[in-house]
Amino acid sequence: MTNPNNATMTTVHSAEFTSGHALTIPTLRLLKDDGTLYEGAKEPELDKATALKMYDTMVFIRVLDERMLAAQRQGRISFYMQCLGEEAAVVGSAAALDDKDMIMAQYREQGALRYRGFSLEQFMNQLFSNEKDLGKGRQMPVHYGSQDIYYMTVSSPLGTQIPQASGYAYAQRLRGLKNVTLCYFGEGAASEGDFHAGLNMAAVHKAPALFFCRNNGYAISTPANEQFVGDGIACRGVGYGIKTMRVDGADILAVYQATKMAREQALAGNEPILLESMAYRLAAHSSSDDPSGYRSKEEEEQWRKNDPISRFRLWLINKGWLDDAADTEQTSALRQEILDALKVAEKVAKPGIEHMISDVYAEPTVQLQQQLKELKAHIKKYPDAYPVTAGRID
Amino acid sequence: MAKMNLLQAINNALDLAMEKDDSVVCFGEDVGHFGGVFRATSKLQEKYGRDRCFNTPLTEQGIAGFANGMAAQGMKPVAEIQFADYIFPAFDQIVNETAKFRYRSGNEFNVGGLVFRTPYGGGIAGGHYHSQSPEAYFAHTPGLQVVVPRDPYQAKGLLLASINSPEPVIFFEPKRLYRAAVGEVPEDYYELPIGKAEVVQEGSDLTLLAWGAQMEIVQKAADMAKEKDGISCEIIDLRSILPWDVETVANSVLKTGRLVINHEAPLTGGFAGEIAATIQKECFLHLESPIERVCGLDTPYPLALEKEYVADHLKTYEAIVRSMNF
Repeated sequence: MTNPNNATMTTVHSAEFTSGHALTIPTLRLLKDDGTLYEGAKEPELDKATALKMYDTMVFIRVLDERMLAAQRQGRISFYMQCLGEEAAVVGSAAALDDKDMIMAQYREQGALRYRGFSLEQFMNQLFSNEKDLGKGRQMPVHYGSQDIYYMTVSSPLGTQIPQASGYAYAQRLRGLKNVTLCYFGEGAASEGDFHAGLNMAAVHKAPALFFCRNNGYAISTPANEQFVGDGIACRGVGYGIKTMRVDGADILAVYQATKMAREQALAGNEPILLESMAYRLAAHSSSDDPSGYRSKEEEEQWRKNDPISRFRLWLINKGWLDDAADTEQTSALRQEILDALKVAEKVAKPGIEHMISDVYAEPTVQLQQQLKELKAHIKKYPDAYPVTAGRID
Repeated sequence: MAKMNLLQAINNALDLAMEKDDSVVCFGEDVGHFGGVFRATSKLQEKYGRDRCFNTPLTEQGIAGFANGMAAQGMKPVAEIQFADYIFPAFDQIVNETAKFRYRSGNEFNVGGLVFRTPYGGGIAGGHYHSQSPEAYFAHTPGLQVVVPRDPYQAKGLLLASINSPEPVIFFEPKRLYRAAVGEVPEDYYELPIGKAEVVQEGSDLTLLAWGAQMEIVQKAADMAKEKDGISCEIIDLRSILPWDVETVANSVLKTGRLVINHEAPLTGGFAGEIAATIQKECFLHLESPIERVCGLDTPYPLALEKEYVADHLKTYEAIVRSMNF
């Protein structure tokens, strides 16, 4: 563009609006429900080991979610959030990355964390906020994070990770790293100002960030049609001048291919990419939510047929890469493994009282040290009121 | 040593920081080629390139979020918010993200090295959207450091310390003094300590505490009290609002028995309240009179009636006399 307005100036001589729906964006889908490819669809290059790792990760998350929701219902943990229905979107995208690409997640992307190698024990330690939790028991369950595996600690405020991903990716480019930042968020979070700020800045400053919107139909109880009027979230990417693709989020091959392509383009072109994944949040928003108050069982049943795991499973069986019986056996062993890990983690002590003041700053301030001293003296005076720490203060 | 005004001292500090460390990057609205609306980043793009000194779109929350991400990656972003009055769209990114980054991740990640520079304060006929002093909002947020320099020498040393700090810093620049304050500044790199107040004038009768542009005003009030009434004021520049140096202030009040605190921001909920509460506890039996606060009124910052509004030297002088005669 050469004009100061940085916009096309094609002149017309009769007044006419451009429709708010002038742009319709297609959805990439490769796999049919029966696990075979659509005609003309080409499967992405995927070796057996990677495909099975993707599958195992999806199953792991499905089983973990079932087990931990039950644990929440039993009162063993305070809160939980499931990925049900979106496992393909999360695992497929994570699998398309390099291990050193940064992931900035929202709160429903435990599949990406698992794919990167977060151990069952690490999951449990966070969920039980015990002293082995990397986050030192400071955040509600599912707010995972690990520097070692390039997974930014999750923050509850929605959308805040979006402009951060732009900045992180900009720093990766400045340092000459051949890595991108993948940023997950929901279609509801895309209403936050941080979405606009983050995408526009990434575009202007040529940051290799992949913005991955999980459009799952609901923001807690608010359906997408009360969230926005435009054509999903993808159309906004075009508005920012960002290359965009919409993909069936229950089709792991499509998600994998789209993310792989996005990653290559982001690095080759020093530019952000927007991906919109279309799936359905089959579970409640969180353990504190009851979807029967805002959607019908019939609607849920209809979407349950669109299960991302069974679609991929059929593809793997068709390929001869997965043995049905062995897989069933493995899943039941996993259930037991999770239960055992849960029992261990729930007995691990809570973080010590010194972690009240650590990490607020690199070193506690004089004021914080004084406050801790006073708190310790108080706890010693009323030990029965503070059973978690009373016996562990010198 | 060179004669510099406060802007030149800041520009010089940024220049040295960028020269010393490739990971220091300056950005904000109009910060690039133009060098900022006040020219604090003048010539930096020319010298260090567009990748390290650049304009951003008009989005304070975006600037803050972008800075958080860069700092989490390990770089040292120095982000300018054009006026402190416009920092509020970034409030969530600063209060919920910047300040809690280290804590919430259990030290897996941090945003040390991040500095938000922002001009604050009145005296420039700016009305209520170009004059505010929002330091108290941020002082209520554990995890941040909040720093305010009073002159060119302090500005350079404190800014370099802020960029080198393991903590994220909000650096409030007294814009009324940008060109008005001129002083001798060493040309080499130096740092001044964060979290440490400075006794700028020793005295025996009363402690006078302020920061930033108000230092000039309390000095004038102290001179007036000396001349008219023979009152000896000990003057302290707090320099850091968070964490603040209780010890230096308390030691002074233990000696003088009297404290007058001056700040530009409105009285209610202002940082003087926090100081007064702490000092009455630390020095209760040594106090000769109630702690006085000389602050802005509890109104938005006015335009036509700015002179009437400000915590000026006459109001400060009156508080000194009240305190002495209690």
